[in-house]
Amino acid sequence: MNKVVNSADAAIRDIEHGATLMLGGFGLCGIPENCIAALVKKGVGGLTCISNNAGVDDFGIGLMLKQKQVKKMISSYVGENAEFERQLLSGELDVELIPQGTLATRCLAAGYGMPAVFTPAGVGTEVAAGKEVRRFNGKDYLLEMAFTADFALVKAWKGDTEGNLVFKETARNFNPLMAMAGRITIAEVEELVPAGSLDPDHIHTPGIYVHRIFQGTAYEKRIEQRTTRKKI
Amino acid sequence: MALSKEQIAQRIARELREGYYVNLGIGIPTLVANYIPAGMNVVLQSENGLLGMGPFPFEGEEDPDLINAGKQTITTVPGSVFFDSAMSFGMIRAGKVDLTVLGAMEVSDQGDIANWKIPGKMVKGMGGAMDLVASARNIIVAMMHTNPKGESKLLPACTLPLTGVGCVKKIVSDLAVLEVTEHGFRLLERAPGVTTAEIITKTAGKLIVEGDVPEIEF
Repeated sequence: MNKVVNSADAAIRDIEHGATLMLGGFGLCGIPENCIAALVKKGVGGLTCISNNAGVDDFGIGLMLKQKQVKKMISSYVGENAEFERQLLSGELDVELIPQGTLATRCLAAGYGMPAVFTPAGVGTEVAAGKEVRRFNGKDYLLEMAFTADFALVKAWKGDTEGNLVFKETARNFNPLMAMAGRITIAEVEELVPAGSLDPDHIHTPGIYVHRIFQGTAYEKRIEQRTTRKKI
Repeated sequence: MALSKEQIAQRIARELREGYYVNLGIGIPTLVANYIPAGMNVVLQSENGLLGMGPFPFEGEEDPDLINAGKQTITTVPGSVFFDSAMSFGMIRAGKVDLTVLGAMEVSDQGDIANWKIPGKMVKGMGGAMDLVASARNIIVAMMHTNPKGESKLLPACTLPLTGVGCVKKIVSDLAVLEVTEHGFRLLERAPGVTTAEIITKTAGKLIVEGDVPEIEF
């Protein structure tokens, strides 16, 4: 079984109109830049995107929004994008906002083969509307369903030809969770190495969850909020 | 004199204890990190997947793979650890984080909090706030006592969509330190020079005032 593909275009070849995608990353940190660029080039539309954020105007998922490829966003925070706001207010774009921990845990549930989880986030708020509430040990919890997604697009630091993945620093975020949750998971990595090169004790995502892997190119890794202190 | 944002953060920092794991929200809460008492071991959690957050990097040393939940470039301290978002909210949900500090638009005298949505305006989302307030064992809110029109933000009931119900334990505003009790807000301390009468006038929710209320000392 060969999981290695030679380009982002080849990796996303069968993502068609109307697909549900998961995209890893937190803000612009750890996003699958190469896969997004390939989707923009392909121009496929009607997409439902599950992602913590929606990029910025000229980078990340923002590039797909600009081309009106996204029908629906499922996110926890979408604040940094004027085109997003315009499409939302004009009704072109459907948005479902959910708590960040709920988003993560609904991915986790999918990857662990569990249909649903209980979480207290959103009890007593509009997030609870229409959801089953169950009381355990005197505290209320909401029933939240595992996600299903046609494709998960994730970005790792290193990966091997078996699809095993290692993430770097806070670029890990949602990536290993979404990797577990996609029906087909596509991983782009900064460095693709032969099987056996990674220490099995240090792998974050076992390759069983990963169907396609490729080495990305020309990573921009844009910084959203560059904050520094002066040397004294 | 009402407290400055720095003074609010400074007062909240006095709630820290040795060995605490703490999650600081965006805005005034972030400033609390500047007032951790010297020699006290406090570990900062950032919900995008880090325990052991350090200060901002020096110019030229920014790392795009290393950010906090506000998407700012940061550093780590010795002993830090990275994890995924599910584990991050797992440790929050399981009550492992000792203290959460966050901002609020409104708080009710029952401890309800609203801080994510103003209907009719652009809605950016709740991020991790709903998860944090639903599970944190101790929640302190840093906020202005009134809005720019002078209307109280400490209310009998929140008017904005809720972030969480009955979860706020303590409030440090620019005017006062208050505790949320079963019977409403209890006034613990006053900002220097701010009278109890002024705090009573500017608190719309039920307020309990017992005896002489001390001033916050700086």
